[in-house]
Amino acid sequence: MSVVSRGEIRLSAPVVRGGPPAPPHPTKIDVHDMNFFYGDKRALEDINICMQSNLVTAFIGPSGCGKSTFLRTLNRMNDIIPGTRVEGRTHIDGQDIYAEGVDVVQLRRKVGMVFQKSNPFPKSIFENVAYGLRINNMARSKAELGERVEESLRAAAIWEEVKDRLHESALALSGGQQQRLCIARALAIRPEVLLMDEPASALDPIATQRIEELIYDLKKNYTIIIVTHNMQQAARVSDFTAFFWLGRLIEFDRTEKMFTAPTEKLTEDYVTGRCG
Amino acid sequence: MDAVSTDFRAPDLGTRRRHVVDRGFELMALGALLLALAALAVLVVDVLSDGAGRLNWQFMTDMASRRASSAGIYHALAGSVFVIALTGALALPIGVAAAIYLEEYGSARSKLSRLIEINISNLAAVPSIIYGLLGLGLFVRTLSMDRSVLAGASTLALLALPVVILSTREALRTVPKSIREGSYALGATKWQTIWFQVLPIAMPGILTGLILSLSRAIGETAPLITIGALTYVPFAPDGIWSAFTVLPIQIFNWVSRPQAEFQENAAAGIIVLLGLLLIMNAAAIFLRDRFQQQGRG
Repeated sequence: MSVVSRGEIRLSAPVVRGGPPAPPHPTKIDVHDMNFFYGDKRALEDINICMQSNLVTAFIGPSGCGKSTFLRTLNRMNDIIPGTRVEGRTHIDGQDIYAEGVDVVQLRRKVGMVFQKSNPFPKSIFENVAYGLRINNMARSKAELGERVEESLRAAAIWEEVKDRLHESALALSGGQQQRLCIARALAIRPEVLLMDEPASALDPIATQRIEELIYDLKKNYTIIIVTHNMQQAARVSDFTAFFWLGRLIEFDRTEKMFTAPTEKLTEDYVTGRCG
Repeated sequence: MDAVSTDFRAPDLGTRRRHVVDRGFELMALGALLLALAALAVLVVDVLSDGAGRLNWQFMTDMASRRASSAGIYHALAGSVFVIALTGALALPIGVAAAIYLEEYGSARSKLSRLIEINISNLAAVPSIIYGLLGLGLFVRTLSMDRSVLAGASTLALLALPVVILSTREALRTVPKSIREGSYALGATKWQTIWFQVLPIAMPGILTGLILSLSRAIGETAPLITIGALTYVPFAPDGIWSAFTVLPIQIFNWVSRPQAEFQENAAAGIIVLLGLLLIMNAAAIFLRDRFQQQGRG
């Protein structure tokens, strides 16, 4: 089996650029022998991976390799697609998220998600962020709601740009601003894990850079998993990288190693642009 | 012949004939259009010339009378507006809830759901008098609603329901998947997603469908005659249990009188009914335009 064993990953020191010594990184997400089916078609085969807290993990691989599908199994977003089925074990903080009796609403509060195409609700900027707080009863008063909205917009580095027009339509924002608003919306309900499905693929280079800087800041408080098509982006933002190919996890290791000395020939071919 | 003539102006019987056919078809299509427009124009002009003289404030505010010159339309106009408002109030929640179930909760691919869908489409085409007979049996007799506004509105609501359900399903389908996913990803339940995100976006489409089905219902006479609303009611309804009459029935009553003065009243009544329809359709167009602008945004 080509997948790096989980034991090995725990031993490897995480890469933290500058700053104070790295805090410990306990296991956050632990996936064991996972298979995923769309009807009869197996889209993911025997996935084994273990991701740690407060690190950024990037999923790379060609289109259709299953990286987005895998990302969406982590907050059970695939549940809303009829005819899908999951086998194996997926643990988050030691709890099997596919066990019977698991409330997907509680799971999704803990595991937030940002989508490829920014999808603000056709409401005001304020209401976009307040929505998650309201439906989850997370603000006891109007003042608290306002505070939490501001805090989330600040955390997503968009507060300065929108503070004077909170009650204008979110659809009037630029693409990059809309995506940061969607990040603010996801942060508002204080998740622990943030799943990002190609969050910058529709953005220009400057907006992309802002999102990448934001990811770097956010990992202090969140465990981030990002799907990306862009190899440079994976190299820039992530601590660990997982390479998917035809529904299989080919290799998972520290990003540095994945891009300089991958173990698998297939990984090397892909990151150097010889295939895929 | 090897080479085609280079003089494009040279007469060629083959192409000339084709041009004649081409022109002929254009004229035929134009003729068909003008015929339809002319019929409409004759109708409007005829009604206006007959009824415009009777159309004044007294006509709008007075009730029915045995003397044509002092008869008014107020009771029928109030009856129509009351019945149609109640029809909408009944058809909207039931139709929207049924459509939400079919579209969001029911499995779209199940045989039962497909069967229901086909049946709803067929119901939309059932002759309105059938609904009248159903209303007579169910509302007037079994539920003892008598010839009340409620019985009339319930019957018309049944008539409007299929169209409301179909147009609501259509409107729900236009809400992008990304909006639903965004809501679910924030820990929303299905009901919260539908109530807070999907319905507000679909609402202009739903209301357009509702108004169009109501503007069909407002001109309906047959089902209301069937439930017994043809009786002479010279007053405006004062509650949902009140007896009532509506514009098309009042017009029908006047038309069936032999005196020329009542014919004038009928024409004036038609103008009022057309005006009401125009207002409702304008509202539907306004809502649809707003919907399209949102779609672009």
